[in-house]
Amino acid sequence: MPKAEEYRNSSITLKEVIITGNEEVSPGVHLISWKREQNFIPGQVVKITIDQSVAPRIYSVCSGNSEAEIRVLFNVKEDGILTPRLSGVIPGMKIWASNPYGSFKDYGNPAWWIATGTGIAPFYSMFRSGISENKTLIHGARYLNQFYFEDELEWALGDKYIRCCSQEQSCNVFPGRVTDYLNEQKSLPTDINYYLCGKALMVVEVRDLLISKGVPYENILAEIYF
Amino acid sequence: MEALFGKTLDELTQVAIELGLPKFTGKQLAEWLYQKDIRLIDEMTNLSKKNRDLLSQHYKFGLVEPTRVQESIDGTKKYLFPTLQNKFIETAMIPDDDRKTVCVSSQVGCKMGCLFCMTAKQGFQGQLSAGEIVNQIRSISERNEVTNIVYMGMGEPFDNLEQVLKSLEILTSEWGFAMSPRRITVSTIGIIPGMLTFLNNSEAHLAVSLHTPFDDERKRLMPVQVAYPIAEVVKEIKSWDFGRQRRVSFEYIVFKGLNDSPKHVTELARLLNGIKCRINLIRFHPIPGTPLEGTDEQTLQLFKDKLNDKGILTTVRASRGQDIYAACGLLSTKELLGKGNSVQFG
Ligand SMILES: Cc1cc2nc3c(=O)[nH]c(=O)nc-3n(C[C@H](O)[C@H](O)[C@H](O)COP(=O)(O)OP(=O)(O)OC[C@H]3O[C@@H](n4cnc5c(N)ncnc54)[C@H](O)[C@@H]3O)c2cc1C
Ligand code: SF4
Repeated sequence: MPKAEEYRNSSITLKEVIITGNEEVSPGVHLISWKREQNFIPGQVVKITIDQSVAPRIYSVCSGNSEAEIRVLFNVKEDGILTPRLSGVIPGMKIWASNPYGSFKDYGNPAWWIATGTGIAPFYSMFRSGISENKTLIHGARYLNQFYFEDELEWALGDKYIRCCSQEQSCNVFPGRVTDYLNEQKSLPTDINYYLCGKALMVVEVRDLLISKGVPYENILAEIYF
Repeated sequence: MEALFGKTLDELTQVAIELGLPKFTGKQLAEWLYQKDIRLIDEMTNLSKKNRDLLSQHYKFGLVEPTRVQESIDGTKKYLFPTLQNKFIETAMIPDDDRKTVCVSSQVGCKMGCLFCMTAKQGFQGQLSAGEIVNQIRSISERNEVTNIVYMGMGEPFDNLEQVLKSLEILTSEWGFAMSPRRITVSTIGIIPGMLTFLNNSEAHLAVSLHTPFDDERKRLMPVQVAYPIAEVVKEIKSWDFGRQRRVSFEYIVFKGLNDSPKHVTELARLLNGIKCRINLIRFHPIPGTPLEGTDEQTLQLFKDKLNDKGILTTVRASRGQDIYAACGLLSTKELLGKGNSVQFG
């Protein structure tokens, strides 16, 4: 596999940052942080690795663009190379991170933000950066404890915050996947933007569904956590 | 049981040493696996019966037969192979005059989600091992006539970099298939770290799926653009010395009214300025529910001519195997996925 040093030649370089926090927000899901030293556009990503021997992985920034820290939200892949080690970092430890980059950004028009799992991160970053007017956030998860930041989002977005849970039920939570929720809508607005973030299959199925309901593909922007 | 097929010479030598066999048995194994037309350990006749039995107790030969073959009216064949994880992949064999090109898959499904691609619709089901990649060449009936290999089937090769590089080593090493790397092309949508490692570690040609030079358009067609913009991909390619023999080409599916205009010609010329390359224009093969349409023949030819006028060598790739869904962007084994195989979103 590529070694971290090979990335030094490419345009996105990594530098050492000092961890300031590591919170397990849900079983196997961590929010780690370090001091922010540059401006970024909500929706951008960073590359992270734990040491030179592990190729960096990409993570969405999950904090607001005027907050003191940069945070990222990730779930631990038990057989993964980076995340099991990343989940063990403690304040004071050093990891390698790039400056934020990428162009998954909200263009300001009315929009639906659709995410599954940790795919909520870029939208939470947008929300924490003051972008939420005219936005509807639909978050899909398997279990009820995977609706990260739900209290804050419910408080601020009210009925524009929709949770879809495929394996458990609760009041105020749609029972089923995000595709089931979208399918149940008699019609969907076709003149707004749709932003999708999460695993490939969710993105592809939601995109197909939106297109079949009359949304122009030009209005759909996706970020896949490949 | 672990397969011998798909192991490199170093790994085969290690197998020999671990079983207490002479070190040179590794070389003999490589010859049997990659240079002779046998399918069983018992057929490795320059190894003693005792050593063959010892090998068979711990390893299998590891070739996998296709379970279905379809043939197009134009002679293109599509092979269906089962994988180790009980999934399926497709391989296309495209005959053309004196050439036989095999288009291999590198993953089961794909994570990249390109809007125009049938493979994308099944999501990602798993990685292929180097053995499963090379088996797609070794286990088809044209195995002894293959002249060219393209990694353009299911999956993004640089999302399975380790196994793809290993498969290239087996195909091009003297102890392996001893194929010239100049007969192999690996196609990527532009995963930059993987592409750089490939350029460093292999001599095979590179093809990049470009499809539009404009950031906003490409994002809508190919979500990878938000993480690895084409401008960055091209920048890396410009800084790479391809030498005289190694080629880089750009694949460009031409969509009606989307990426076939004069402004696209101008921007392509600007983007690729300074790179000695070729553009392959590809006719779009519509997939179910697609909002995209292929451009008409006249516009396609005009687009080609305009790019050639700008000094970019541009050709139109012949559509092959369309009637059996073997053409570019049509490979899929989604209908063969059992319910238990479906991928969770969360
Ligand atoms: C643009 C972008 C943004 C992203 N943002 C986020 C984010 O905000 N949060 C988040 O949680 N994730 C995000 N990801 C995913 C993230 O980059 C990592 O892929 C993920 O965290 C897994 O890393 P890992 O090193 O633990 O696992 P890896 O070692 O990369 O393994 C991933 C999976 O592949 C399998 N695997 C590994 N090696 C092999 C092999 N050789 N053969 C077969 N299978 C193998 C493992 O079993 C594992 O399940 C993002 C990805 C992209 C592209
Ligand atoms: S075009 Fe290639 S990279 Fe894109 S989804 Fe299809 S198989 Fe994957």
